[in-house]
Amino acid sequence: MVEIASDKPLTLAEKVWRDHVVVRGEDKDGQRSPDLLYIDLHLVHEVTSPQAFEGLRLAGRPVRRPDLTIATEDHNTPTLEIDKPIADPVSRIQVDTLRANCEEFGIRLHSLGDANQGIVHVVGPQLGLTQPGMTVVCGDSHTSTHGAFGSLAMGIGTSEVEHVLATQTLSLKPFKTMAVTVNGTLQPGVSSKDIILAVIAKIGTGGGQGYVLEYRGTAVEQLSMEARMTICNMSIEAGARAGMVGPDETTFEYVKGRPHAPTGEDWDAAVQYWRSLRTEDGAEFDAEVTIDADTLEPFVTWGTNPGQGVGLNESVPQPTDFDDPVDRESAERALQYMGLEPGTPMKDIRVDTVFLGSCTNSRLEDLRLAAEIIKGRQKDPQVRMIVVPGSAQVRLEAEAEGLDRVFKDFGAEWRFAGCSMCLGMNPDQLAPGERCASTSNRNFEGRQGKGGLTHLVSPVVAAATAIRGTLSAPSDVLLPEPAPA
Amino acid sequence: MEPIITHTGTGVPLKQSNVDTDQIIPAVFLKRITKTGFEDALFYAWRKNPDFVLNQEAYKGATVLVAGPDFGTGSSREHAVWALKDYGFKVVISSRFADIFYGNSAKQGLVAAKVAQPDVELIWKELEKDPTTEITVNLESRTVRCGSVDTSFDLDNYTRWRLMEGLDDISLTLRQDEAIGAYEAARLRLKPKTLPAKV
Repeated sequence: MVEIASDKPLTLAEKVWRDHVVVRGEDKDGQRSPDLLYIDLHLVHEVTSPQAFEGLRLAGRPVRRPDLTIATEDHNTPTLEIDKPIADPVSRIQVDTLRANCEEFGIRLHSLGDANQGIVHVVGPQLGLTQPGMTVVCGDSHTSTHGAFGSLAMGIGTSEVEHVLATQTLSLKPFKTMAVTVNGTLQPGVSSKDIILAVIAKIGTGGGQGYVLEYRGTAVEQLSMEARMTICNMSIEAGARAGMVGPDETTFEYVKGRPHAPTGEDWDAAVQYWRSLRTEDGAEFDAEVTIDADTLEPFVTWGTNPGQGVGLNESVPQPTDFDDPVDRESAERALQYMGLEPGTPMKDIRVDTVFLGSCTNSRLEDLRLAAEIIKGRQKDPQVRMIVVPGSAQVRLEAEAEGLDRVFKDFGAEWRFAGCSMCLGMNPDQLAPGERCASTSNRNFEGRQGKGGLTHLVSPVVAAATAIRGTLSAPSDVLLPEPAPA
Repeated sequence: MEPIITHTGTGVPLKQSNVDTDQIIPAVFLKRITKTGFEDALFYAWRKNPDFVLNQEAYKGATVLVAGPDFGTGSSREHAVWALKDYGFKVVISSRFADIFYGNSAKQGLVAAKVAQPDVELIWKELEKDPTTEITVNLESRTVRCGSVDTSFDLDNYTRWRLMEGLDDISLTLRQDEAIGAYEAARLRLKPKTLPAKV
């Protein structure tokens, strides 16, 4: 993707890049300095922005394009009693700081209690602000989520947040491109979360470094937008800067009619442009990976990075299964932290908690799929299940369908929207030694609470696990439970 | 940002791969609204273990962190870089860095030097044999010296230039104000705007 010649067939990522170059980098000593790229949408939240706004203030700089910027409160927000002041004073100061900064710099903010408050990566698509062919950034690594629309979406650090606020541009070194082709059709009970966990297990947590991934193939084409968002969301867990899916009818259908979607003639013109963005026949990727959807089974992680995963029907691996000494040492350490014996069938592992939520899996479709499995059943009495919708809007829509009742009748806790237990910046945390089947994105040591033990799973695996109390596939609970005696 | 041409200091061998940013600084410390004062938060969970390498007296005062592959994976939190700097690290050496961490380091003047894993292992041996061994990292020649190890490291020209000059990115970009304005004037009218709000 270093040289973009006009006569060469281009990939989706190259086209979006090409359409956003403000100043091309210079070639010097056989290396090229970064291109300056225009940013179409800047998403802001309370955690990675205070130091950026402070930087602007100290330098006397305004926000260049408040009309391309939007903020929401998500990481710190409580999921219970949201009408009361945030209990943790440090969290409260951070949220108050965002409110003051948005007021001062004229930025639109969706605060706790607002129908469009929620996880930043759920809110953008929900409002129709995420559209194909855009550049989207946010001070959050899971910004890759928005790539599901065929936009180039990247997580950035706080210095870059300040840079985008001040200039609406970003200096970026061109990326390489990788095609991740998923052939075939997913079997029942297998979902897009399993695709991405399998991709990460295959290429490793560093396998995508320096690449923009493009997910393609029949299995990806068949996925809904929300399922595509789950895949793109976890591109960062493979080390990639971004993940994308070529925009198609599914994409257009999802965007159409949303508050910020184009209308009338503008809609037709937009769709025409969006159609032109797909990777051309004959375009070359710098690397290619293939996954077979037909044989894919539900996936689950056993270790402390998202690449340490296996099929749910497999067992906890032996460190000696790994040839690479670095991988072996990493497996030994992970097994010790996770308190797992090599050779234990994954399905024998008992969990204490099930978390359904996070920017990976907290959209309406995720809630519907999980609800379908638990409907009319009872949760394992020893398991606690927390359901955290991705946004206040998702919560309202789910309630309109009666999903809240399904979860409550099952014995799960129905919460307000936010990042919640994905990273435990609010009170939703695991206790030391507490084991969790989580639909989130990271199983790092202590991520969900100090000493907490995380197994990453799909929403349907989370639901089946809550019924049986042990890591379970939907097929394990499909047969009707025997009637109580 | 202070220019860096060369740095000499003692090192800490952190013999682990996939050191993610949640380990470098747990999320609970991200609630602050300042850019400094994160030194105690660095490797917070691991530092509770008295055997952890940073707790060993011999490695006190070190300024070069020598880690396993895939350093800085996961979250985009720049707090990871602030915490490393606040603790006193000037350089991190690893064979592979996560992209966002690598970018964040360059913005803050923390040198992230990519050294091949076999050489990283040789440096670990030197540091374990004698923790007082000094490491010299030279950006001009892109070399790392530590005891008997004398090797080169990978750093692109642009990042190296910015580090050596101590340049601030925003000022550099604002020199392109005219080009940004020209791009905006020609930009697709159809692109969405957040204001006025539609819900």
